[in-house]
Amino acid sequence: MEVDILHAVGVEHLQPEPKMSPRYQNRIELLQGTLDLLVLETLRWGPRHGYGISQAIRLHSGDILQVDTGSLYPALHRLERQKWISADWRVSENKQRVRVYRLTAKGKKQLESERSRWAQVSEAIAGVLNPGKRESEA
Amino acid sequence: MTFSFWHRQKRERELDEELQSHLQMAARDRTDRGETPRQARGAALREFGNIGLIKEVTREMWGWASLERLIEDLRYGLRMLAKSPGFAAVAILTLALGIGANTALFSVVNGVLLKPLPYPHPEELLWLAESKPNFASGSISFPNFRDWRRENRTFSSMGVYRSYSFNLTGLGEAERLQARFISSEFLDVVGVVPVLGRTFLPGEDDIGAAPIAIISESLWKRKFHASPAALGKILDLDGMSYAIVGVVPLSFDLSGNFRDVDVYVPVGQWGNPLLPSRGAGLGFHGVGRMKPGVTIDEARADMARVSSNLAAAYPDTDTGIGAFLRPLKQTLVGGVSVLLFVLLAAVGFVLLIACVNVANLMLARAAARSREFAIRAALGAGQGRLVRQLLTESLLLAVTGGALGLLLAAWGTRAAIGGLAAGLPRASEVHLDGRALLFTLIITFGCGIFFGLAPALKTRTPNLHDTLKEGGRGESGTRHRAQGTLVVVEMAMALVLLVLAGLMVRSLTALWNVSPGFNSHGVLTFGVALPPSMRNASADGIRAALRNVDQQLRAVPGVEALSLSWAAVPLSSDDEDLFWIEGKPKPATDNDMNWSLSYVVEEDYLKVMGVPLERGRFFTAQDNEKSSHVVVVDDVFRRKYFGDEDPIGQHIVLDNKGGRAEIVGIVPHVNQWGLDSDDKESLRAELYFPYMQLPDQAMVLSWSGTGMMLRFDPRATAIGDSLRAAVRGISDEHVMSKTQTMDSIISDSLASQRFSMAVLGIFAVFALVLASMGIYGVISYLVGQRTQEIGIRVALGANRTDVLRMILGDGMKMTLIGVLLGIAAAAGLTRLMASLLFGVSARDPLTFLSVAALLTVVALAACYVPARRAMRVDPMVALRYE
Repeated sequence: MEVDILHAVGVEHLQPEPKMSPRYQNRIELLQGTLDLLVLETLRWGPRHGYGISQAIRLHSGDILQVDTGSLYPALHRLERQKWISADWRVSENKQRVRVYRLTAKGKKQLESERSRWAQVSEAIAGVLNPGKRESEA
Repeated sequence: MTFSFWHRQKRERELDEELQSHLQMAARDRTDRGETPRQARGAALREFGNIGLIKEVTREMWGWASLERLIEDLRYGLRMLAKSPGFAAVAILTLALGIGANTALFSVVNGVLLKPLPYPHPEELLWLAESKPNFASGSISFPNFRDWRRENRTFSSMGVYRSYSFNLTGLGEAERLQARFISSEFLDVVGVVPVLGRTFLPGEDDIGAAPIAIISESLWKRKFHASPAALGKILDLDGMSYAIVGVVPLSFDLSGNFRDVDVYVPVGQWGNPLLPSRGAGLGFHGVGRMKPGVTIDEARADMARVSSNLAAAYPDTDTGIGAFLRPLKQTLVGGVSVLLFVLLAAVGFVLLIACVNVANLMLARAAARSREFAIRAALGAGQGRLVRQLLTESLLLAVTGGALGLLLAAWGTRAAIGGLAAGLPRASEVHLDGRALLFTLIITFGCGIFFGLAPALKTRTPNLHDTLKEGGRGESGTRHRAQGTLVVVEMAMALVLLVLAGLMVRSLTALWNVSPGFNSHGVLTFGVALPPSMRNASADGIRAALRNVDQQLRAVPGVEALSLSWAAVPLSSDDEDLFWIEGKPKPATDNDMNWSLSYVVEEDYLKVMGVPLERGRFFTAQDNEKSSHVVVVDDVFRRKYFGDEDPIGQHIVLDNKGGRAEIVGIVPHVNQWGLDSDDKESLRAELYFPYMQLPDQAMVLSWSGTGMMLRFDPRATAIGDSLRAAVRGISDEHVMSKTQTMDSIISDSLASQRFSMAVLGIFAVFALVLASMGIYGVISYLVGQRTQEIGIRVALGANRTDVLRMILGDGMKMTLIGVLLGIAAAAGLTRLMASLLFGVSARDPLTFLSVAALLTVVALAACYVPARRAMRVDPMVALRYE
């Protein structure tokens, strides 16, 4: 199977021009695709609110991946519109109303395919970075 | 809309709450780690970023952004249009007229030409006629029809019809009913489903069958109050009792010819002694339904076989007789299709010109707005957004124009039908229906995109830096060229329309100047029927009754001369006679006989019609049943059958009019077949026969209705009423019908030419106005743009006349290129309308030159106003303006 790297990374190119600074635009584009994967993966372990998701990603990546809120919320709302995740209001242990996201059945499927695609992409990139190794295998 | 608005507000609140909860949780985590609440909140906010921006980006994901932007664009567009109401009004009105005229004409074309006929499987229906030596599609003799019906293998059914009129008595006041003699299956062929009762059955159209009738729904309502009990009731028609067997729905019609028909009677009931004669056409035409899957060529081949069998069996009458088949729709609407397509093309041109004009206005505006666009682009509006903005504005104009246009079309469609009046078949089927609305929608959006795109594409590549620096002067070169091109196109199309209108004016003038061979002014024609009690009167009795009618009417004040007439109303009715010339061998078959149109009239006919006598004498009151038969012939007859010989004193033998008759006089030809096409017909010879010398069996038929023509004093008022009173004065049962002036018969025959001239004239004037508006606008704009240049020229010593000449020269260049292109286009297009023209060639140089001159002069005048403004430019003011 061929993987369209451009597509995997740059869906955001298709988005209409939003009135925002280049700073945010760049971040979204960099994280696009991978951010979806990270969010879906995080939700696999149970429903979470936005803040919880960003904290979880940060924690699991050993503080390396810091999800920008300016990317997170648009991503959450887009995934919700694509019906990969659903959202409802709950009251947290601090008696605070929070919007909690959960993975839908459709989202689970999407996660599967994103995972395998990620695996292929990273394998492909690894192949490019270490050409000798790959040739010796072949 | 309100729902989504409400829904959206809720989501906005929720988004706000969601982000706030994020902030609070982040701050709480920080206080848990020991920061002060104030520090924690500040740090959380910093980390979070620009809340407003995040909200906006998130909202984009909801998918309503495009709608929101559209509303924003619309609001902005409305504001921009409101800022220049003059521009908006001109653009909208122009479009409304263009779209309205197109929709109106399209709905006419749609109703008449495009929609299938309103019968089941209309594609199977053919119109039938008999082809004979003098008529490509003449009437079918009843015996031939019966053989066609029996012998053919390709038709599932066929029927014939013929118009007639009856006196209805015994149901209130006596009245004249329009009727049709039909063969049994006629109504079934076209698929008429009776509202009540049944249609005729096979055999019921035989000669001698029981008298029955089918009535129209309107007569049923009028005379029987729509009661089912009408079935079996007796209708007294011409004194005979007919049992009603069915009622035909109001909706049934065949090209407007059956709209006013109230009674259908089987052919066999017609007492005409010629009905069983194979050689007599008697005005029957037919409709046939092909079997499913049969093509018209197969049907033609089949009928050719049937005809040749008949010719072999009846060589005397059927040699050279064939069947003429044509799709029914073509027969019904073929006559107007060229006209309608020409008008549709013309109105399409009008819309194009309107669009070009609006595009030009938009271009000029876009130029003036280039700074606005540059600023918006500088503030971050994308290219797409600006193009979309321009398109939104143009669509706003187009849709407003389209909506107004639809109103105009509703009115225009009625006007078109009214204008074409009798000339338009299927007029009742013309409506602003779904298809017409779809058409309007398409052309509206097409227009909007067309004239919005031109300026939008121009602004697609704004060089911000240059535009802003140029100080509002806009880029010069390319835009001018675009506007110039549009003006040239406009001029060319206006010229085409002017040529079309000009040719129609010339045709109509030529038609009005055709002498029909008679003087139509002050001539009245109508029908007179004697009482039903005369049904069985002797020929002498009828003659006496008709002489009485003559005498009573002659006494009416204002009547100057009158004559009974049988088929003697040119352009309106015709009858033919077969004859041979005495002294030459009698032809073996009917087919080899000589043919002539035959006018049966009385002694004052020439006086009534204002026809001079060429030689010999016309009839007198003494040319009656007691004297030997005489005829008068026309010029064409003389030339065709006698050449250089003198026909006066010679005898001809008329088979159907009592045999031998002496030619006693010669008169000029009158145009039987209409003003325009008479000389193209093959049967033009005319003979006149004295009414009172009609053989007895023909005379007894004329009790049920004969024609009357009379010349009246134009000063006499309400002559129609006096005549009607006089007819009623003879008896209650004398009926006068179908009153028409000869003038109106002639003018009706020109209805479609007059209508097309009027419509094309209106279009042409409209195009002329639009085109001159267009060139005026462009030249004004150019002058505005070049004010400084002109100022410099004048400051450097240019003569003011030079300035005027320079500006006019610009305008002239565009005009002349447009005119030349227009002439070339028109020369190609007018050929298509050659069939509508009369007495003028499709490339008539006079028309072409004069409309070209007209357009040039008008365009020059339109340029002159801004050119004068340029001439008056004060160099000091112009240069300081910077």
